[in-house]
Amino acid sequence: MSLFTAILYVVLAPLVGGLISGLDRKISARMQGRIGPPILQPFYDVGKLFKKENLVVRRSQNMFMTFFVILSVFTGALFFAGGDLLLVIFALTLAGVFFVLGGYKSSSPYSFIGAQRETLQMMSYEPAIIIVAVAMFMVTGSFQVKDIVSYPRPLIMDLPGVFIAFLFILPIKFRKSPFDLATSHHAHQEIVKGITTEFSGRTLALIEIAHWYEYVFVLGVGYLFFANSVWVGLLMTFLIFELLLIIDNATARVRWQWMLVGSWGMAFLAGGVNIIFLMMRGYP
Amino acid sequence: MMLSLIVFLIAFPLIIALILGAVRKSSIYPVVIYPASVILMIASLGLIWHGAKAKASLFPAHTNWVEPTILIIEILIAVYLLLLAFKRKDMVVTGFVLVQTALLLAFHYGPGKEMHVAANLFMDQFSVLMGLIVGVIGGLIAVYAVGYMQDFHHHHHEVKDNRPQFFSLIFVFLSAMFGFCFSNNLFWMFLFWEITTVCSFLLIRYKQDEQSIANAFWALRWNLLGGLAFLVGIIFLYLNTHVAEMDKMLLLPKMLILLPVSLLCFAGMTKSAQLPFSSWLVGAMVAPTPVSALLHSSTMVKAGVYLVLRFASVLEGTTVGLLVAMVGGVTFLVASFICISQNDAKKVLAYSTIANLGLVILCAGIGSPEAVWAGMLLIVFHAISKGLLFLCVGSVENQTGSRQIEDMSGLVVRMPKVAVMIMIGIAGMFLAPFGMLISKWVVLRAVILVNPLISFLLIFGSAATLFFWVKWLGKVIMVEREYKTNESTVVKAQWLVLGSLAAMTILICAFFAPVAGFLVEPYIANIYHQVVSLGSGNMIIVAIMLTMVCMFPLTFLDYGKGVKVVDAYLGGANTGNKSMQFLGSLRDVKDMDMKNYYLQDYFSEARLMRLGVLVGILFVIAVVLIGAI
Repeated sequence: MSLFTAILYVVLAPLVGGLISGLDRKISARMQGRIGPPILQPFYDVGKLFKKENLVVRRSQNMFMTFFVILSVFTGALFFAGGDLLLVIFALTLAGVFFVLGGYKSSSPYSFIGAQRETLQMMSYEPAIIIVAVAMFMVTGSFQVKDIVSYPRPLIMDLPGVFIAFLFILPIKFRKSPFDLATSHHAHQEIVKGITTEFSGRTLALIEIAHWYEYVFVLGVGYLFFANSVWVGLLMTFLIFELLLIIDNATARVRWQWMLVGSWGMAFLAGGVNIIFLMMRGYP
Repeated sequence: MMLSLIVFLIAFPLIIALILGAVRKSSIYPVVIYPASVILMIASLGLIWHGAKAKASLFPAHTNWVEPTILIIEILIAVYLLLLAFKRKDMVVTGFVLVQTALLLAFHYGPGKEMHVAANLFMDQFSVLMGLIVGVIGGLIAVYAVGYMQDFHHHHHEVKDNRPQFFSLIFVFLSAMFGFCFSNNLFWMFLFWEITTVCSFLLIRYKQDEQSIANAFWALRWNLLGGLAFLVGIIFLYLNTHVAEMDKMLLLPKMLILLPVSLLCFAGMTKSAQLPFSSWLVGAMVAPTPVSALLHSSTMVKAGVYLVLRFASVLEGTTVGLLVAMVGGVTFLVASFICISQNDAKKVLAYSTIANLGLVILCAGIGSPEAVWAGMLLIVFHAISKGLLFLCVGSVENQTGSRQIEDMSGLVVRMPKVAVMIMIGIAGMFLAPFGMLISKWVVLRAVILVNPLISFLLIFGSAATLFFWVKWLGKVIMVEREYKTNESTVVKAQWLVLGSLAAMTILICAFFAPVAGFLVEPYIANIYHQVVSLGSGNMIIVAIMLTMVCMFPLTFLDYGKGVKVVDAYLGGANTGNKSMQFLGSLRDVKDMDMKNYYLQDYFSEARLMRLGVLVGILFVIAVVLIGAI
C-alpha cells in the first residue's frame, strides 16, 4: 500500500467502475427478464456525452462539479494509498459538498430538490461510515488503511453489527433503490434527473466518471471487512455488489424519513451494540 | 515587563471606556476607537513573547488599595443590579444578588480577613492564547461596531441612540476579559467574571424594548446563578484548604478540590450556555450583532469553557469528568439538531456556538492531553470563524433588512464580497481541511480512547452540522433571478475587519501547526508531561487538501467558457421572466420558488430543547452531587 496503489487506483478505477456499472445494467436487465445492453455500454454513453454540447443555466455551475471530480479521485487515492480512514471520510464529505453545491448553483427547482436530498443522504450515511472507522480502530488499533488491511483476522468476525450498518447505507452511495432519492440511474428518471438535471455534455460525463471512482472506493471499504485474504475479500466484495443489485431491483424508493431514521437507527443500534461488545472485550 | 503589559491591557480599555462614556459626540468614535483597537491588538500580540517561556509566570502585584477597591466595585455592581431588578420586580435576580453580596461580605469580614495571596496575576500559554483572542478578535469587532452602530441607528429610529454607553461597555468588557484571563487570585477572577455578566446584561437590553429587557434579565438570571456557584466554590475551597489561587489549587490532591472544581464547572457551563442553561444565549441574539459576535460567540462565552478546560487535568478519569463530558456532548448533539430547523441566521449561529462550546466542554471532561489540545484549538478556530460569520450576517441585515437564510438566495450576486466571506466562514466551521474539522477529528480520536459510546454524540451531531451548513451555503450561491449588486452600507474599516477575519480563517489552517507548537503543546507538556501532535503524514495530507480547496477561485479563469447558457427546466414551458416563470397545465403563468428543507417534524426547536433541558438538568445536578461525594 503506497503511492503505487494510489496511482493504480487513479488509472484503473474508472475502467473497473465502468465495468461494474455495465455489469450492473446487464444483471439488472436479466433480473427483469430483459437482455440488457452490452457490458461496455456505460463507456459508450460517456464517450457520447463528451461529444455533446455543454449546456448550463448558471455559468459557474460546472466549476463545482470539476472539484467534485477531483476530490472524489483524491478520496479514493488516499484510501488506496493506505491513509487515515477518518481523513478519507472527511475528503469524501468535502467532495460530496462540492457536488451538492453544484446542484444548488444551477438554480433550477429539480436540481435544487436533488441537491437538498443529496445533503440529506450525506447526513444519513455519515454516522454509519464513521462508525465503521471507529470500530475498525477499536479492533486493529489504527486508523490507517494500510494497518487495517494487514490485520491477521477477518474483521467481519469482530464487526458483524457494524457491517450490517454499512450494508444498510450502501445503496445511498451507489444511488440505488430504495435510497436513490437525489438522483438515480433508472430509465424512468433519465430526463429529469434530480441533482444533475441541469448538467450535460462533458460535465455530465465527468460526473459519471466520478461516480465510477466512488463505486470502487465504496467497495474498497467493504473489502476491508474481509481483507485478511485477497481472494475471499474480492469474492465477498462481489457478493456485496450482487446483494446491492437484488435490493435495488426488489425495492421501491422510500421517503427520506425512512432513509434517515433507518440508516441512523441501524448505525446506532447495530453499530452501538457491536461497539459495546468490543468495549466489554477490551480494546487497545 | 510582562506584568506591566497585563496591567496595560486591563487599564487601557478602561481609560478608553471612560473617554467614550464622557465625551458624548458621535464624531469621536472613529477617532478614538480605531486607534485604541489597533493599540490593543498590537499590545496583545506582545503577549506572544511570553509564549516562548516554558513555565507560567506569577506576579504578586500587591497594592494596598486593590482589595478594598474590588470590594467597593462589587458592592456598587450589586446595588445597581438590585435597583434594576426591583424596578422590574424580578425576585430571582434580586435573590441571587442579595445572597451573593451577603456571602461575599460575610467571607470578606469573616474567614477571608486573614487571606494571603502570594500571586494575584499570572500568565501561561493558555492565558496568552485567550488574551490574543480577546485582543485581536475583540479589537477587530470593536472597529467593525463603529460603522455598524451608525447604520443600525440609521435604520432603527425607534431605538434610542445610546452609543456612548454601548462603546464604553464594550471596552469595559474587554478590560474585564483580560483581567479574567490573567487573574491567579480566584476572587479577582470572580470580580471580572461578574463584570462580564453585567456588561452582557446591559448590552443585551441595548434596544430597550420589552423583548430585549426580558431576554437581558433572563440571561442575567442564569449568569448570576453561575456566579453564585463560582463564589460558593472558591469560598469552600478557601475554607478547606486556605488556597485562593489557581496555580496552588491545581497542585492540590484531586480529592480535596473535586467539589470546588465541580462548582466552577457548573459556573463555566452557565456562562458557556450549556444545556440546561442554553436558552439565555439564544435570547441574547436580540442584541446588536457586534455584541453577539464579541460577547456571545468569540470571547465572553469562551470564558466559561476556558475555566472548565483549565481543570481538565483534575477532571480526567473521574466520574465528574465523565458527567461534564456528557453535558458537553449532549449539548453538542441537541444544539446541532436544532440548527437544522432554524431559518434565522443569527439563531443558527447561536445554536451552533452553543454546540461548539459543548464540544470544548466535552474535551475538558475527557481531560486527556489530546482532548485538551483539541479543546484549545477549537476555542481559537471557533472565535475566528464565528466572529466572521456574525459580522457578515450583521452586514447582510443592515444592507437587505433581513437576516433570514431564505432571503439570502443570490447573495453571491447581490453582495459578492460579503458572500465570499460567508462562504469562507462556513467552510471554516465544518469542512475539511479547515480548523474546526481538524479539531473535531482529534476530539473524536481522544474520545474513542476513553469511551467510544460518547463518540456517538459527536458522530451524529457532526452529521447534522453538515446538513445545516451546506443548505445555508447553497442558498448563498444560488442565483434565482436577476439581482442588483449593492454593498454600499459596508464601510472601508468594516471591509478591513471582515477581510482580516477571513484571511485569518484560512491562514490559521495553513499555520496552525506553529500556533499549536508554540502555545498549545508547551502548555500541555507542562501539565501532562506528554507531547501531542497530529503526525506529520496527516499534516501533509491536510496541507494538500487546503491547497486544493484554495485553488477553487482559479476555476473562475474558465468562467463561462465553452458553455451555452439555457433556461432552467421547470416542468412546463418557460415563459416571461427567464427561468423564473412557466406555463402550468391550464396555460396559466406560474412562479417558481425554492425553499430549503427544515425538517420541522424531526428537529423542532421546542421539542429538542425540552428534551435537552431535561437531560441537561439531570447531568448538571449529578456533576455537583458527585463532586460533593
